[in-house]
Amino acid sequence: MGALLGVLPFFAYTAIFLVIPTLIVVVGAFLDGKNRPTLGNLSALAQPQIVSAFVHSVVLSAVTAVLGAVFGALLAYAVSTASEGGLLRRMMTSLCGVLAQFGGVTLAFAFVATVGSEGFLTLWLKNIGIDLAGSTWLYEPYKGLILVYTYFQIPLMLIVFLPAVEGLRPQWREAAESLGASTWHYWRHVGGPILAPSFIGAMLLLFTNAFSAYATAAALISQGSPIIPLQIGGTLSSEVILGQENIGKAMALGMVAIVAVVMTLYVVLERRTTRWLGR
Amino acid sequence: MKTRMARRSGVAALAAVTLIGIAACSPPTSTSGGTSTGDAKAASATSATDLGGMAALVDQAKKEGVLNVIALPPDWANYGAIIKGFQAKYGLQVDSAQPDASSADEITAAKNLKGQSKAPDVFDLGATVANANTTMFAPYKVATFNDVPALLKDPNGLRVSDYGGYMSIGYDAGKVPAPKTVADLLKPAYKGKVALNGDPTKAGSAFSGVVMAALSQGGTADDISKGVDFFKALKTAGNFLPVDPTPATIASGQTPVVFDWDYLNVAQGKKLTGKMNWKTVVPTGAVVGGYYVQAINKAAPHPAAARLWEEYLYSDEGQNLWLKGAARPVREAAMVAAGTIDKAAYAALPKAAGTPVFLTKEQNDKANAYLTANWAKAIG
Repeated sequence: MGALLGVLPFFAYTAIFLVIPTLIVVVGAFLDGKNRPTLGNLSALAQPQIVSAFVHSVVLSAVTAVLGAVFGALLAYAVSTASEGGLLRRMMTSLCGVLAQFGGVTLAFAFVATVGSEGFLTLWLKNIGIDLAGSTWLYEPYKGLILVYTYFQIPLMLIVFLPAVEGLRPQWREAAESLGASTWHYWRHVGGPILAPSFIGAMLLLFTNAFSAYATAAALISQGSPIIPLQIGGTLSSEVILGQENIGKAMALGMVAIVAVVMTLYVVLERRTTRWLGR
Repeated sequence: MKTRMARRSGVAALAAVTLIGIAACSPPTSTSGGTSTGDAKAASATSATDLGGMAALVDQAKKEGVLNVIALPPDWANYGAIIKGFQAKYGLQVDSAQPDASSADEITAAKNLKGQSKAPDVFDLGATVANANTTMFAPYKVATFNDVPALLKDPNGLRVSDYGGYMSIGYDAGKVPAPKTVADLLKPAYKGKVALNGDPTKAGSAFSGVVMAALSQGGTADDISKGVDFFKALKTAGNFLPVDPTPATIASGQTPVVFDWDYLNVAQGKKLTGKMNWKTVVPTGAVVGGYYVQAINKAAPHPAAARLWEEYLYSDEGQNLWLKGAARPVREAAMVAAGTIDKAAYAALPKAAGTPVFLTKEQNDKANAYLTANWAKAIG
């Protein structure tokens, strides 16, 4: 009873910030403007602009997850070879701790101020004869957003993947080498298989991280709502087309479904990693 | 339609919600004369004549003593001066709530505060929000009602357009050549420089920008597809800049060409005098008008004051005050004909050649449906 009392604040917290909003979304997705049950919102998801926003969101999240995972893993390995408690390592982990949370409007403006049409890098390049001022690549989902998202994906990967890399014991490598294994053999048969589950798990985490990001994209892209969080925002804030809030909730339900699939995969993999590393 | 302001005021809006919450807890206080028979009469009056003429209306309004207005930024279309002018002329106190709120916020406030003395008496709304909420309005015809073009009012005075402007192209004359037509913007000189004020499926001003492009390309108010095609071509040419222009992006030079209402572009130019040569042009033959709408809250706590405010806004004095804020008053044509318009302020407006086009509700709905299906595709 006492233990139950202790977790009461936690349950209250999840109820207010997770369960109730989710219920509002789920129920709202099946109601029309007059609160009568309908499947119209779900069938509205088949509209081409919503389908394409879902595709954009999934592709954008997948690409930045893979990029972030690969570069973040390499970085994590590099950091893990530095001396434990050394300056470099402490600096890198705390830097990544900050950068992984450096998203949203501030990050978008940092990029606009650096490589936007009046950004200092753009102006500097102009001075040496390279004029990029007319380019709008920064505001396109498959170019600008990938770059900007990768900027917070790599540090996040380092943070979540570093413990797994640290779990590799030097003895395993020594054992492999004493049996005549090359570096390739070691990674192919020992290091790779051990790290694979947590690598993929971390990648799935990065996927959901990018999938749910809203503010960064909203600050950069103001036209066409190419990704699904922006489409949802549009249904709530539009002053031109009214009464589509519940289609927004149906879109949110679609996002919940996709994230649920990814999280299920993540849980399965996480369980495996834990067993493998004997943590 | 005040998204530009509303977006900046998230904190203010939150504070306002809190205030409404507090106000909702306090018992409704009756205002002076709030229960008199005169007020019931005022609440159903559809013109000053119903109350026995202007003098009687002024008397009753003075008895009420207060007028509640909402979402009227003092620097927007000269509302600061208009409120002061009204107070000075009739001796009523004007309580201005949430100046930076959006049109939708006005309706929400009226619903939440219904029956209380703090409820808004009058609304100043974007056309879409006004059309969706006509059941909340009381019909009223001001003395100058006949001067308002038929397309811009409800025949019974349920909602009447008040001031507005034409879609325009604002540009930094120091950075780009002056565009003579909308099609000029497809030239290489405008590479990555042309911005639209918002997403047309979300913001009213951007929506009208697309309509303007449609008219310039031979489209009509019934068929805006050519406008979407124009932006597609603009995008293909690499000229379309998908940045949401704000006073900050204009001042910093990020958005050298902006589609927006002429009164906002003109105000921008005034603010940047000396720093940037920001000019405004209304393209020939593609004049799209957009007007805000006045309406009286059916449940107004000060019905006579609300009606007097409308009379003031549609008087020559009120209309000229809007004009001084670079907004076009709805009685513009009649006042030009009668010679009562403020000539200096009128001459300072950007020139517009061609008949202004206003979309009917049906045309609006049709255009919205087309944009919903095609906008993201065109510029994605």
